Amino acid sequence: MEYHIDTQVCVIGAGHAGVEAALACSRLGLKTVIFTMNVDSIAMMPCNPHIGGSSKGHLVREIDAMGGEMGKNIDKTFIQSKMLNVSKGPAVHSLRTQADKAEYSKAMRQVLEQQENLTIRQAEVTEILTEDRKVTGVRIHTGTVYRCEAAIICTGTYLNARCLVGESITETGPGGMQRSTWLKDSLNGIGIPLRRFKTGTPARMDGRTLDYSKMTIQEGDKVVIPFSYSTDPADVQIEQVPCYLTYTNEETHDIIRQNIDRSPIYAGIIEGTGPRYCPSIEDKVVKFSEKTRHQVFIEPEGRGTNEVYVDGMSSSMPDDVQQRMYRTVPGLENCVIVKNAYAIEYDCVNANLLKLTLETREIDGLFCAGQFNGSSGYEEAAAQGLMAGINASMKILGGEPLILKRSEAYIGVLIDDLVTKDNREPYRMMTSRAEYRLLLRQDNADLRLRKYGYRVGLISQEEYDHVCRKERMIEEEVKRLKSIRIGAARENQEYLRARGSADLKTACSLAELMCRPELSYESVAGLDPDRPVLPKEVTEQVEINIRYEGYIARQKRQVEQFEKMENRRIPDNIDYNDVGSLRLEARQKLKEFRPSSIGQASRLSGVTPADISVLLIHLEKIRSQKGEI
Amino acid sequence: MALVFDHLHTDTIAAIATAMSEAGIGIIRISGPEAAAIGSRLYRTPNRQKTDISLWRPGTIRFGYIVETDRDGKEKLIDEVMLSFMKAPHSYTTEDTVEINTHGGMFLMNRTLELVLAAGARLAEPGEFTKRAFLGGRIDLARAEAVMDLISSENEFARKTSAAQMEGAVSSKIRELREKILYEIAFIESALDDPENYTLEGYTDKLMDTCISLEMEMNDLLSHAEEGRILKEGIRTAIIGRPNVGKSSLLNHLAGEERAIVTEIEGTTRDTLSETVRVGGVLLHLTDTAGIRETEDKVERIGVHRAEKALENADLILFLIDSSRELSQEDAQIAEKIIMRLQEGTKCILLVNKTDLSSEIKEEEVKSLFISRGCECPPLLFCSLQTGEGMKELGEYIAKLFHTGEIAEKNEIFLSNVRHKNAVREALESICLVKESIMNGMSEDFFSIDLMNAYRVLGTILGEAVEDDLVEEIFSKFCLGK
Repeated sequence: MEYHIDTQVCVIGAGHAGVEAALACSRLGLKTVIFTMNVDSIAMMPCNPHIGGSSKGHLVREIDAMGGEMGKNIDKTFIQSKMLNVSKGPAVHSLRTQADKAEYSKAMRQVLEQQENLTIRQAEVTEILTEDRKVTGVRIHTGTVYRCEAAIICTGTYLNARCLVGESITETGPGGMQRSTWLKDSLNGIGIPLRRFKTGTPARMDGRTLDYSKMTIQEGDKVVIPFSYSTDPADVQIEQVPCYLTYTNEETHDIIRQNIDRSPIYAGIIEGTGPRYCPSIEDKVVKFSEKTRHQVFIEPEGRGTNEVYVDGMSSSMPDDVQQRMYRTVPGLENCVIVKNAYAIEYDCVNANLLKLTLETREIDGLFCAGQFNGSSGYEEAAAQGLMAGINASMKILGGEPLILKRSEAYIGVLIDDLVTKDNREPYRMMTSRAEYRLLLRQDNADLRLRKYGYRVGLISQEEYDHVCRKERMIEEEVKRLKSIRIGAARENQEYLRARGSADLKTACSLAELMCRPELSYESVAGLDPDRPVLPKEVTEQVEINIRYEGYIARQKRQVEQFEKMENRRIPDNIDYNDVGSLRLEARQKLKEFRPSSIGQASRLSGVTPADISVLLIHLEKIRSQKGEI
Repeated sequence: MALVFDHLHTDTIAAIATAMSEAGIGIIRISGPEAAAIGSRLYRTPNRQKTDISLWRPGTIRFGYIVETDRDGKEKLIDEVMLSFMKAPHSYTTEDTVEINTHGGMFLMNRTLELVLAAGARLAEPGEFTKRAFLGGRIDLARAEAVMDLISSENEFARKTSAAQMEGAVSSKIRELREKILYEIAFIESALDDPENYTLEGYTDKLMDTCISLEMEMNDLLSHAEEGRILKEGIRTAIIGRPNVGKSSLLNHLAGEERAIVTEIEGTTRDTLSETVRVGGVLLHLTDTAGIRETEDKVERIGVHRAEKALENADLILFLIDSSRELSQEDAQIAEKIIMRLQEGTKCILLVNKTDLSSEIKEEEVKSLFISRGCECPPLLFCSLQTGEGMKELGEYIAKLFHTGEIAEKNEIFLSNVRHKNAVREALESICLVKESIMNGMSEDFFSIDLMNAYRVLGTILGEAVEDDLVEEIFSKFCLGK
């Protein structure tokens, strides 16, 4: 007799994707079990010790706006924070924090433990159980079955993993954790093929053995801005820990070149595809041979440890080469390695097999998120975890699925890219991937996405009312500033001159004045006696909306065109064999990807405008046959 | 990508609805809610009055003019046309439709189409009229699909031919422009994605230089488009000379048939005769003129007047001189008229004909017709239309004068296409917006909005998708990540 336990959702893996998925489901009222190989590795950060950064900071803000946990958790456990790109436009400002790794993991575990409806279970899931192409449960290594309505796979880099250091290969997950072995066969058995990706991490060193006087100190911002909309800014003004900057040199590069044949990548031992944006130091030296030095950041792993992370020098060289190469870097001459750098290979799925909800097309109720989908990075994983959790819940609860558009969120871009495009390496978020980034700023994630969090039930009435009020205040203030005329009276001219601004030739609105580069909302206050007292989060938006109005308008026009195509849905049951005069290549691509909208179809490589026309005509035919307009 | 349905049903489209050819009448079709308004902007009645086409009785066709309005509101006549108006749903597309029947000739058709686009229409994609007809319920699916089949195959054909056409210098020029733009975008993006590794300090000056050079190069392309037009449209060529010098013989020789009546009686050609021929790889629109001379004959006088008109409109003048007779007062008068044209940039070739007969004039005498009037003498060629001597050289002279080898390679196919011209124009505008952003002290991330647009638009000329180029470029050129 099979021993079984009934639940509603099973989340496989408790990394950054898994915890967001499990929290979303349990918070939406579903009985949820989260499985982890080891409860001490919940929300572990096996690679770099930072959260956020260019475009990843946007993802954290978006996760927070919809009721995810990452932003709140890093606000509790960061040890340094910096807003990047502040000299640039508001669209590319990006928050980046150094985390206390152990504290981050501990704090997240506490959140899980205190969450109603959520059970943590240390176990290796070995099998996905299905009936009629529908998930019915999962089996763990002991044979126990957890019956469920949906399962979310978030195995990260653990599945069938192996770590490589020179000639040495160990069959473990990241950081020496036990890997998961059995799920692979089960997935292949239910028609989910896997592929192999690779990534790497640099060495950790004993901080006491480093000479910081030879490096440049990198401190955090004086005034820290929290990630989460629900964190009180007063709570994050803490004493911060610095990072340090140093550089590789020709001596470093020579050692690498001399030993390049001992690198498992260059020796051909590694089969997986690695990410180009996160190259190992070997890759950097080989591919950018003209560069005489590369940056190296020394980042603390936490307050409670001496361990430091050597950012910029990930490697899979043998131990002895690592030791020699690190010691050529100024400040690292006497370094002692605690954990060596290594490359890791793992099984993951081609996300082209998924719907935009992150559910597999093959198996009803089976969702996938995080690094398992071929992404990389904690933030990318968390974002997918949240969306998979929401959509699994919506499916069980009978709600509308939540699919964010490319024009609405970085998360929308992330998932659309993963599902639609042909990704041959781990996918990292970048600002350049977002076409409409001027609209998708980190400062307006709440205005963009709170409504969705509220709709699905992760954002409270109170939080939602707050953002609605904020939106109204912004609109009214922009309108007011556009309506107030400033005449060319002498006292006005003097006011402007005093602020280094040219005289007015004719009267203009306050809004127009604010657009002068040397002026701002703040500095025209003296011309605006009736100005209402508004919170900073409102005036900040007012300023951005007015200053960049022309550019914002241009992007909005692009979005309108884009959305017209996105809104033309393609029915799930379309049979592409019925669509006459499609070219063969297009027909195959469409069959394989099964795009959900005309917009998505148009982004598939190999589908031409003519094919899209043919498809549109076919859709019209279906529509008129159904007797609709 | 997928321009076909970008503006599904909401905007007004236009295209040349007849086959593009030198001959006959060309129809420009405008379809959509703005069709009548756009037509009204360009159409003038026979007494040059404005009219609101939407108030016409649907289904009517009227004579009138297409005009171009300059910045000061002055109107310039472009072409005589017949214009018809059909009201929704009683048209092919089931939308409001205006059709402009032009006199044909690719130049005029393209010119008019450009005006229509400038007045607010979007260039229709292949098959778009038919698609609208189907969506409007005007034609059934079988027919629509048949048309779409044709379009797909035409598309494929067009793609192939355009691929072939684009092998030339022009496509590599566009590629070069795009590469430059992409490099700048990739640099900016790398710096934004990895601010700790790449700095943008001092970058704007460099970008400004790049923008200025891009602007110049694109302006160049656009101005060469006019030369390309001459080539594709043909060179308006006037054959001129005093009576019975052999003008009609030259026309006939080039046209290869007895087109004009050739006699030995002076003044046989009383009117201008036209012919289109290919000489030295160049299309010439030849106009044989009546000999220019003072005359009492009324009919002949009209001919002379027209000859003078032809002289004024010509891109190239072929000036014939009879070597068997001494230079006359008439030759000198013609030379004077030509000198005026030369100063306007018109090109000229002197043909000293009848070398088969005894020679009465020396080369110096002919040259002094110009030199004595302070003007450099145009290229001079001795020939005989009787024997055909010098005819081969004539082709070479013409090719040389119009740098045709160069132009043909550079522009012939390329920028004579309105869509391509529009694309370059839009890219140019975007680059100017970048310059504006730089001058307004905007930060670098704003530049990439317009740079990206320029890159995308130029890509439509080559038929290349934008999507992943940028990411590829970033990874190949910049060492990103930690």
